[in-house]
Amino acid sequence: MADNGAQATITLRIDGVPVTVPRGTRVIEAAERVGVVVPRYCYHPGIPTRPAQCRMCLVEVEGRPKLEPSCTLQATDDMVVHTASDTAREARQAVIEFLLVNHPLDCPICDAAGQCMLQDYAYVTNQLASRVDEPKRIMGRDRIADDILYFADRCVICTRCVRFMRDVAEDDALIVAQRGDKAYIDTFPGRELDNAFQGNIVDVCPVGALVHEDFVFKARAWDMDATASVCPGCPTGCNVTIDTKENQIVRVKPRHNAAVNSWWMCDYGRRHLVMTNRGVRAEVPLIRDGEALRPVDWATALAWLAERIETAGSPGGRAIVSPNASNENLFYLGRLLEKLGVDGTEFRAGRGETAALPTVPTLKLRADRAANIAGAGILGARRVEKLTNGAGPDAEPGSLIVLDDDLEGVDEDFGASAGFFLYLGTRLPAAARNADAVLPIATFAEMDGTFTNFEGRVQRFHQALTPPGSARPAWMILSRVLARLGDGAALSDIAVAFERMAADVPAFAGLTWDGLGLKGAPAAGPARATAAEAGA
Amino acid sequence: MSFPHRSELEATTRLSRHQGEAEARSLEGWRAAGGYEALRKAIGMAADEITEVVKGSGLRGRGGAGFPTGLKWSFMPKDDGKPHYLCCNADESEPGAFKDREVIRWTPHLLIEGCLIGARAIGAEHVYIYVRGEFFEETAVLNRAVVEAYEAGLIGANILGSPWSCELTVHAGAGAYIAGEETGLMNSLMGNRAEPWAKPPFPAQAGAFGMPTTVNNVETLAAVPMIVEHGADWYRRWGTEKSPGTKLWSCSGHLVRPGNYEFALGIPLRDIIFDACGGTPSGKPVKAVIPGGSSTAFLDGDELDCATTYEGLQEAGSALGTASPIVMDADTDIVAAMRRIAQFYAHESCGQCVQCREGTSWVVRILQRIEAGDGRVADIDTLYELCEQMTGRTICVLADSVVFPLRSSLDKFRADYEARMKPTLVAAG
Repeated sequence: MADNGAQATITLRIDGVPVTVPRGTRVIEAAERVGVVVPRYCYHPGIPTRPAQCRMCLVEVEGRPKLEPSCTLQATDDMVVHTASDTAREARQAVIEFLLVNHPLDCPICDAAGQCMLQDYAYVTNQLASRVDEPKRIMGRDRIADDILYFADRCVICTRCVRFMRDVAEDDALIVAQRGDKAYIDTFPGRELDNAFQGNIVDVCPVGALVHEDFVFKARAWDMDATASVCPGCPTGCNVTIDTKENQIVRVKPRHNAAVNSWWMCDYGRRHLVMTNRGVRAEVPLIRDGEALRPVDWATALAWLAERIETAGSPGGRAIVSPNASNENLFYLGRLLEKLGVDGTEFRAGRGETAALPTVPTLKLRADRAANIAGAGILGARRVEKLTNGAGPDAEPGSLIVLDDDLEGVDEDFGASAGFFLYLGTRLPAAARNADAVLPIATFAEMDGTFTNFEGRVQRFHQALTPPGSARPAWMILSRVLARLGDGAALSDIAVAFERMAADVPAFAGLTWDGLGLKGAPAAGPARATAAEAGA
Repeated sequence: MSFPHRSELEATTRLSRHQGEAEARSLEGWRAAGGYEALRKAIGMAADEITEVVKGSGLRGRGGAGFPTGLKWSFMPKDDGKPHYLCCNADESEPGAFKDREVIRWTPHLLIEGCLIGARAIGAEHVYIYVRGEFFEETAVLNRAVVEAYEAGLIGANILGSPWSCELTVHAGAGAYIAGEETGLMNSLMGNRAEPWAKPPFPAQAGAFGMPTTVNNVETLAAVPMIVEHGADWYRRWGTEKSPGTKLWSCSGHLVRPGNYEFALGIPLRDIIFDACGGTPSGKPVKAVIPGGSSTAFLDGDELDCATTYEGLQEAGSALGTASPIVMDADTDIVAAMRRIAQFYAHESCGQCVQCREGTSWVVRILQRIEAGDGRVADIDTLYELCEQMTGRTICVLADSVVFPLRSSLDKFRADYEARMKPTLVAAG
């Protein structure tokens, strides 16, 4: 025993395959290492408590008289586990049959259908008919929070939601009420579910019992496309999955990243992202034609721009960027600003309420309401609280370049006196009508790119939607303008675009698009300090 | 109240000998009857010595599982620097059992004395007596006795003038059968839902409030003072090698004289039913007996000669359980009886494990249908399969508790079920 105790790892066999794991590993996790996913309901890797109550993950262990729950069973040396022996499979099949005794079988109208662990396992265990011929217990539907509905009849009482609130959010708002087959999930008497992270209970629900009200009856699982992305709501940079249907964001879910958000995200991020669907977009390039802005195609717009920049008068001026612009957008804009001799880049960012998830220190809804404040800092932009009108007295003859700032709160004649006013934006605010050219660009959800989060972590996001009309990613447009001016090639590949930036910006040195993967990577040392300052 | 006794049974009336004496309820009366002398003796003994005596006596847990008490006490860690707790399980809720409440009602000081001796043996600094929520009178009696004992220096600091101190709290439950399961009891004691937890951790490792804890039944602890007072060999004068001592029996059902009795372990079940309890009031033969409370297997009328020991009833295919035989005469409808038992467990399931939450109520619905005359032969197969899947699959044994009577009733009284089935259509030959 003493000898074994000193060893850091142990080796066991799972379904005939030997696997070596750290001492203390539970069998359910050891099994995943050899590709065996033991069916489970109450176990969730992000929730620390393991009540072993769903009895779904029971496995057979040689030498033990009873089946054991693999979620709590510690792997030991020479343990021989069978996850799919006849006894284990029959027990699992029985659990499914029991769960379906009172289940309404309303898959055709259930929002979880297609992504439901009860449905999946019912198929896997081959239970296409039921022996249950008794009346079902009916409990109906309840509103468990302002924006979350609870369909009690679909609930499998795995208590993941109760335990997420209690053990992860440290808010005892939810309880199991009643007992036996009358048990259901409810708020504690006299309490309301009102937590900045409560939306996660919907994600952890293995069935369709908890549903966001804004998603109810909106999309079937098989009609949605899922895209890996990063939440732009604040500098935390929670990894998310954007679910889209017919080019609309219908749902946002957290995506696991141990270094950032663990398994969770805040409700603000969720709502904020879904709302990016709204608004009228800039869809065509516009160039100045006397008093008016004339819609043109990209070839005309780019040729006009290149000529205009080459023949630009006095150098100097200023740029205003959005702190939600990607690293690549900011970098290629920076190249253009260099051509124009513009050296002052500003950004502003709104602030809002903060919220923290007590058990995940990196996960907070931070005060700043923008994703890439750190990236903007690294790429030379400076935070301002308020925009001054026009291009400023010193730079009057110079250029004014705006990248997706909404120009909210500026005067009507903003930029009118600038020598050259270029507006790249997703929308067309009134003040942008003073521009010499308006280029319609894609939102972050409509393109690939990277954000740098509050602690300097560079994270990839991917194109979830098709941009409207002629809108294109700003980095793509800018690289084409630059190419016409003899600076590099016209880029279409984000990996190439990223690597050109990484070669040029010391903070990103050594990073590659592929190397970032879906979890991101920290920017180089000094950049972290810059990022921290900019994001503070 | 263990009354009436036949005169020759009085020799085995040890634990319950003061039941029915109003004086014994007060501290004064209890001391006059020799009470708290065992505690005085135990305070003079080392903790291990007490455990050894109880181990030697062969006393087994009276709450149903029959685990050797001394052995259970020896699992408690020694000198670990943590507080230890003793929980006395007074959540007597097994249908058929009404013995613990009589111990509390008539001899509360006996229980307090037993608790203190147990606490001393396991090094507990605090005893919690968890009383079933519906036991209003018992809780009041117990609380009165606890106040008396505190005032007399029998509980609290420096008990009986010794350096040893121990506190005692009476905690009333809210009335849930599952709070009688030891981990459910501790969860309830801590203010949580009375949900059993999956072991490990075992109570002796991390029980109430995360500290090493022992949970013992009322009758078990009430037997400890006499063992400590008279010694292990004295206790072994009664009973058998594996089941020594005397035992309280709660006899109910179709009996002329139902009630609590105390017998030496090992007397034939038939003697309990016919000699002590006078047989059935109708004079009809006994059709079935559930010998150990509703969670044990049915015996039929031909199986009454078994010895009432832990091992004897196990050999007969049932269990001693809480020693609470429910006797049913020839007119009993076994399907209705079984349906009622299943309803109890469906109602009391805590709802954690799927097999129990959904299985128990599914069984009820099938039995209700059969009882209503709408049964099908396939129901019997389904019930057997449910028995299979509800055994040994769950955190605690509540689901198993339905299976024992259900499976045995199907085995032994299948005709009762089939008599309620719809006539089966036979294809014309």
